Amino acid sequence: MSTSTAYAAHTGVAAARATGLNKVYGEGETRVVALDDVSVSFGQGEFTAIMGPSGSGKSTLMHCMAGLDEVSSGSATIGDTELVGLKDKQLTRLRRDKIGFVFQAFNLLPTLTALENITLPMDIAGSKVDQAWLDRVVETVGLSGRLSHRPAQLSGGQQQRVACARALASKPAIIFADEPTGNLDSRSGAEILSFLRNSVRELGQTVVMVTHDPVAASYADRVVFLADGRIVDELHHPTADSVLDRMRRFDAKGRTS
Amino acid sequence: MYRTALRNVLAHKGRLLMTALAVLLGTAFVAGTLVFSDTMGRAMRDSFSTSFSDVSVLVSARGSDSGDPGDGPRRGEDEAVLTADTVKELAALPGTERARGVVSGFTAVADRNGNLVGQVWSSRGANFVPDASGADPRYPMAEGRGPRTAGEVALNRQAADKAGYHVGDTVRVAGNGTARDAVLTGVFTTDDPQVTSGGTLALMDTATAQQELLEPGRFSSVVLTAKPGTGEAQLLDQARAEVPAEGAELQTGQELKDEQAEMVAGMVSNTKTVLLVFAGISLFVGIFIIVNTFTMLIAQRIKELALLRAVGASRGQVTKSVLVEALAIGVIASVGGLLAGIGIGAGLQSLLHAFDEGLPTGSLVIAPATVVGTLVVGVLVTVLSALLPAFRASRIPPVAAMSSGDQPTTQRGLVIRNSIGAVLALPGLGLILTGSNRTGTTAQLMLAAGAGLTLIGVFVLLPLLSRPVIALVGPVLAKVFGTPGKLARLNAVRNPRRTASTAAALTIGLTLVTALTVIGNSVTSAVTSLVGDTMKADYAVNMANGRQLSADLTGLVAKADGVKAVSQVDNVWWDIEGVGKDRAIEGYDAAAFDQLVNLTMESGSTAALGQDQVLVSGEFAAKHQLSVGSVLRATAAKGAPVALTVGGVFENSEGVSPIVAPNRLIEAGDPDPLVQQILVKGTDGPTPALKQAIKDATGRNPVMEVRTMQDLVDDFNRNISATLSLMYGLLGMAVVVAVLGVINTLAMSVFERKREIGMLRAIGLERRGIKRMIRLESVVISLFGAVVGVLLGCFLAWATLRVLASDLKGLTTVIPYGSVLLFLGLAALVGMVAALWPARRASRMDILSSIKTD
Repeated sequence: MSTSTAYAAHTGVAAARATGLNKVYGEGETRVVALDDVSVSFGQGEFTAIMGPSGSGKSTLMHCMAGLDEVSSGSATIGDTELVGLKDKQLTRLRRDKIGFVFQAFNLLPTLTALENITLPMDIAGSKVDQAWLDRVVETVGLSGRLSHRPAQLSGGQQQRVACARALASKPAIIFADEPTGNLDSRSGAEILSFLRNSVRELGQTVVMVTHDPVAASYADRVVFLADGRIVDELHHPTADSVLDRMRRFDAKGRTS
Repeated sequence: MYRTALRNVLAHKGRLLMTALAVLLGTAFVAGTLVFSDTMGRAMRDSFSTSFSDVSVLVSARGSDSGDPGDGPRRGEDEAVLTADTVKELAALPGTERARGVVSGFTAVADRNGNLVGQVWSSRGANFVPDASGADPRYPMAEGRGPRTAGEVALNRQAADKAGYHVGDTVRVAGNGTARDAVLTGVFTTDDPQVTSGGTLALMDTATAQQELLEPGRFSSVVLTAKPGTGEAQLLDQARAEVPAEGAELQTGQELKDEQAEMVAGMVSNTKTVLLVFAGISLFVGIFIIVNTFTMLIAQRIKELALLRAVGASRGQVTKSVLVEALAIGVIASVGGLLAGIGIGAGLQSLLHAFDEGLPTGSLVIAPATVVGTLVVGVLVTVLSALLPAFRASRIPPVAAMSSGDQPTTQRGLVIRNSIGAVLALPGLGLILTGSNRTGTTAQLMLAAGAGLTLIGVFVLLPLLSRPVIALVGPVLAKVFGTPGKLARLNAVRNPRRTASTAAALTIGLTLVTALTVIGNSVTSAVTSLVGDTMKADYAVNMANGRQLSADLTGLVAKADGVKAVSQVDNVWWDIEGVGKDRAIEGYDAAAFDQLVNLTMESGSTAALGQDQVLVSGEFAAKHQLSVGSVLRATAAKGAPVALTVGGVFENSEGVSPIVAPNRLIEAGDPDPLVQQILVKGTDGPTPALKQAIKDATGRNPVMEVRTMQDLVDDFNRNISATLSLMYGLLGMAVVVAVLGVINTLAMSVFERKREIGMLRAIGLERRGIKRMIRLESVVISLFGAVVGVLLGCFLAWATLRVLASDLKGLTTVIPYGSVLLFLGLAALVGMVAALWPARRASRMDILSSIKTD
């Protein structure tokens, strides 16, 4: 816990915050509580991993905070903007301008070149591309020679790097990554994770990553553990072993209780 | 295995809907055509046969007036004369119960405004034959009595009602000459099909009818009714001895009925053929949709089909399972099509009756051939279209079941396809280009074969064409519509085969529509310039029924106020030594010629007409080595020799025949030439007053048309535009099928690109942007099909017009740019409309479930 205060002090403000967030699916007998009064904040310039077993609500939390899913009650903010109550159009704008996404499946448009995929959010917004920043991002992800390639001509790791570059290129307030290494071999996965960490350390980006892989989580500054729709623990400066250790403890607790 | 196939049909109900609709529409068109033509055919046959019920034997003067427009009342050389004596002799035959001398011919009835009641071709007059009680059983009077004197007339019920005449009114009627007034003494009903189908029938007493329609004392035919016990053939034999051996025709009632049945069948079968051609086009367009759907469905089910293969299904079984699916759709859609077609057949019939209540009616005829034909065609088209996709499905390797579903499907190369397309299209183009430089039947055949090859070749090449053609609009799309525009263009060329087969439906429709429009427009403008260039006359007078004008009319017109120059146009066909038989020669009034007709003389002058010399066209002169002073020896129709001295050579003109002669010269050889037109020049040009004066001078005859040259052109154009409208209507069906195809393709594409769309929404493309992307893709595909179709249509029209130009001089290709733009605009609209539903669906898609990896 002492380490967490250090980081909070380091970043100062929260890039995204959830307060008393509830998400309920269905009604009556089929009622499922996906998020149960979750309050969490993601500091600016911080790399946070959300972990938990399947069905713990980690993806739902991310979707709600990224404006992809509606919340049942509570509040979710990106910067100063309250997401709850926004109309589809405003949410879309917000996602476009403030949020970057990296999905598990690479989600690139096969008809566009790598560069066109990277600049897609800016093209949609009709905003100007910051060429210096774009060059830096492209260099960081190591795609310089492949910008005119189409996704089909790139390897899985390269495609995911294009997706990361796309998320970074518009300088969003926060990047949400949903199992970004789920479809990659361990080496490509490690590349992507290093890259995400570097973007936080060197470019001052804020990244929130959902994962179930302790190794992936170990790249983060902080790990938030979810189970049954609640935040059950958090860990700062994680290592793969410390994360695994925590998870085993929940497992054991779950079995004894 | 087959259960899987049927389950698939049920599982993909929505996606197969468009396919089924396409088949349904095509088969409905086929079934509707068959039901409609069968029903009409039977109704007409029935109504004809009842009208012959009291005819045992018909004795008619061969070539006598049959009521058809065009054949004048003039008596041929070999025509027998049927007189009152003939009737009497026939009545005295042992087998004759009744003999009726019939006089019939063209008679027009004017309404109160002096306009023709009904149609020219069904305006008839006949004689009223009262029996002892003063009634005629053939024409039972509903009101009043039959006509007895020259000043009296009776009308059929429909005609009287249409014109608003009541017994006692004065009615203006006209045979071939001047019109006259008669008092309406009676209104009758009849089951004569020509009358019940909207015609008019004016009855006169026999003497007047003979005077007006034939010549005194003559009958056009004699109807014999046999005594009970006497057969028709028997009576015919008896009658044969009484009528002149030459020039008379004897037919039994049965023969007449058979003849009518044959005529009806011929008429109906023509209509049927035309309609079936269009039904075929609709079905052909449908084929593209079916192929597309099955290709896409199989692409979506690769894993499933591979799994079947992996667990041991053979290739044949996979193929069969797809074909069974097609069979199920084919059967369902064809049954639907059959039912819809019966509805269409019934609807068409009532629609026609709404326009023309006189048409015969009958109960709906659903022949077994209609049912079987429709079902077989529908099922065959569906199953055969699915054959290629089904075969491809069987080629899916079992290992595809294991591969990740996210890999983009590799596109098969287009090399083979393009080669086939080139092999078809290039010789096709060659044939068209060669044919367009020739004339006659060979050229037409070359053109037809070339057009067929080119069309098929272009369809095969459409995928190849899609990239460059769509690339043309790319910059515009990206600039005007931003990212959605750019994505739309990229999506449109993403799968060239799919784009091509979607666009093909519109290409077919627009090729035909454009070709017809360009040809129609070119012919119209050629005719306009032709009439405008040659004719200086202000008015042309002719009979609406195309009949001959009576000899005294020219004199009457000349006396009308405001007439400056007048000439009747004589038509004769004489044998000319060294030139040929039956050569058309036109005769004009020598003095009025220059004021009525505009010819450019190459040598000599039109004044030569005044010296009883003839003018010949340049082409004719060159062909027969004629020059001013040459003499042609002609033999007039009745054998009189006439010497034609060439007095001038004029530049070729389609407005007049190659030989132009003065009236006097013509009438010296043939005192009774065919006159169908009188040309009039007014002192003050074409004024309404002049028109009225001409009408008044000729007795306000309802059959007489007084038209300006512009009217002539307009009337001609009206025919062309009416034909075009009909074609547009029929091709509209193909366009509806094309719309279904576009909807189908888009819906499938949206489904396949679910994840992309979800991602675009996640990273910030608004719903509006998604909608716009889908709509633009649809518009791009539609316009691609339309542009190719329009270009192809213009090219085919150009080639056709080159060949037609040998028959109609001055015919050049005139492209109606306004119409072409309209077609392209409509195609874009088709794209917009087709995209409505898929675009809405795409924009409503749930982001989370679309990007979910499964």
